[in-house]
Amino acid sequence: MTPDDARALLARLLRGIAPEIDLDEIDPATPLPEAAELDSMDFLNLVNALYDETGIDVPEHDYPRIATIDGFVAYVAAASPTEARRAT
Amino acid sequence: MMGDFLMPSLGADMDSGTVLEWRVRPGDTVHRGDIVAVVDTDKSTIDVEVFEDGVITELLVEPGTEVPVGTVLAHIGAASGASVAAPSGPEAPAAAEAAPPAATTAAPAGRARRRPAHAEAAPARRRAPAAKRAHRPTAHVRASPLARVLAAERGLALEEIAGSGPGGAVIAADVDRAGAPAPTAARGRTGGGSAAAPRPVAPPAPGPSPPPAAPRGDRRESLRRAIAALMARSKREIPHYYVATTIDLSTTMAWLRSTNEGRPPAERLLPAALLLKASARAAREVPALNGFWDEDDGFRPSDPVHLGVAVSLRGGGLVAPAIHHADRLTLVALMGALRDVVSRARSGRLRSSEMADPTITVTNLGEQGADEVHGVIYPPQVALVGFGRIAERPWAQGGMLGVRPTVRATVAADHRASDGLVGARFLAALDRLLQNPEEL
Repeated sequence: MTPDDARALLARLLRGIAPEIDLDEIDPATPLPEAAELDSMDFLNLVNALYDETGIDVPEHDYPRIATIDGFVAYVAAASPTEARRAT
Repeated sequence: MMGDFLMPSLGADMDSGTVLEWRVRPGDTVHRGDIVAVVDTDKSTIDVEVFEDGVITELLVEPGTEVPVGTVLAHIGAASGASVAAPSGPEAPAAAEAAPPAATTAAPAGRARRRPAHAEAAPARRRAPAAKRAHRPTAHVRASPLARVLAAERGLALEEIAGSGPGGAVIAADVDRAGAPAPTAARGRTGGGSAAAPRPVAPPAPGPSPPPAAPRGDRRESLRRAIAALMARSKREIPHYYVATTIDLSTTMAWLRSTNEGRPPAERLLPAALLLKASARAAREVPALNGFWDEDDGFRPSDPVHLGVAVSLRGGGLVAPAIHHADRLTLVALMGALRDVVSRARSGRLRSSEMADPTITVTNLGEQGADEVHGVIYPPQVALVGFGRIAERPWAQGGMLGVRPTVRATVAADHRASDGLVGARFLAALDRLLQNPEEL
């Protein structure tokens, strides 16, 4: 998955969780929980939606790595070739 | 048997609601717990459940109409094979007509009658004029919060209950006395001893079409107003006391980590699920914090633990719907219930039973980074449990200083109902339960 795809995916997943969020207005290096007021339930829903959609299973200890927009994009772009294939 | 489906009281602060939509039509069979209508309140859009089995015989309120709590919204007939069969008794058809107001004054005899005590059965006492009168959104019945809760639970209309409280207010004991359905008992209020001044009862609305409901306006604004009113009342009426403790969560968090390891995201638990479960079980152990305060009758413990969960809404405000019987749910089930209720709270689709009956509430403000929170109790409840942020902090034990994940737990409780010692016992139970997460 390209970084652009990963970003578009994040925008789409967040629409189902916190529809009012506009990724363009969020600092890509600030953790989403504070930048977008995601709580732990929202974050778990994001992880779950990512898993359902792509098969990428982010373990708990990796949560901090996908907490920012930049981090999410990097993680998903890197993970998708192997992780996604494994899941299908 | 005829029953009435009433505008329920969905919280101590609710006076009226707007019927947005009917989910049933006359002739439909309904069962206890079915969603029959969608109602808009200051706080949220609520899916309203029915409290009895039966057949919808008549819908009385048009969508878009705002009516006071206790207004008859629909008639429900017995769920016999007779089905919709036009009820030929003296009651049902009359409801459709605009009966003369005199009909309601024929009641004093009914008042003396001892009612059959069938708890959940169809409340059959409302008559047409009352229903028409209730269409007026201005009608307001003085009643204690507990009385509202009890009346809503039992499907009783407050304005049909003789009030013996201050100024003729309906108190819990009155609801108890009213018990199950009985003929138009209510008129007794004006004749009932203490209530000297008859409440000016507006004449029945002339026709079946009620006055247009006032627009609800911006939800955020109305929610803010509802919170303002309820919290102001809480601080005005409830003498809060506060106790707090710091709980070592190293065992809890280690267990949680290993439990979640290897589970797909959908089956993972959040720390909140453990905190809520432990709170519910502590409430079971310390029943003096689980229940309702009534001005006249004092503290009324609740047997079930319906755990209110404060859910902050996007754009501001919060609601605190109940997770029913939270002490009896497994962690996985509680996690599912939490996920479900948070999502529906935020999308504005809570159910009436969730709004009406929390027996103790938990706020988990730690999510937002606060180290501790001293809550404001939701009347008529008597306690609010608060959790701060789970974080690594210095921890002294056995003469050594270490670093452990800890949480600051607090209880705000109603000093009329309990003393600080009770709050402390609750916290001790909470601590003990959280040290054995595998048994939660």
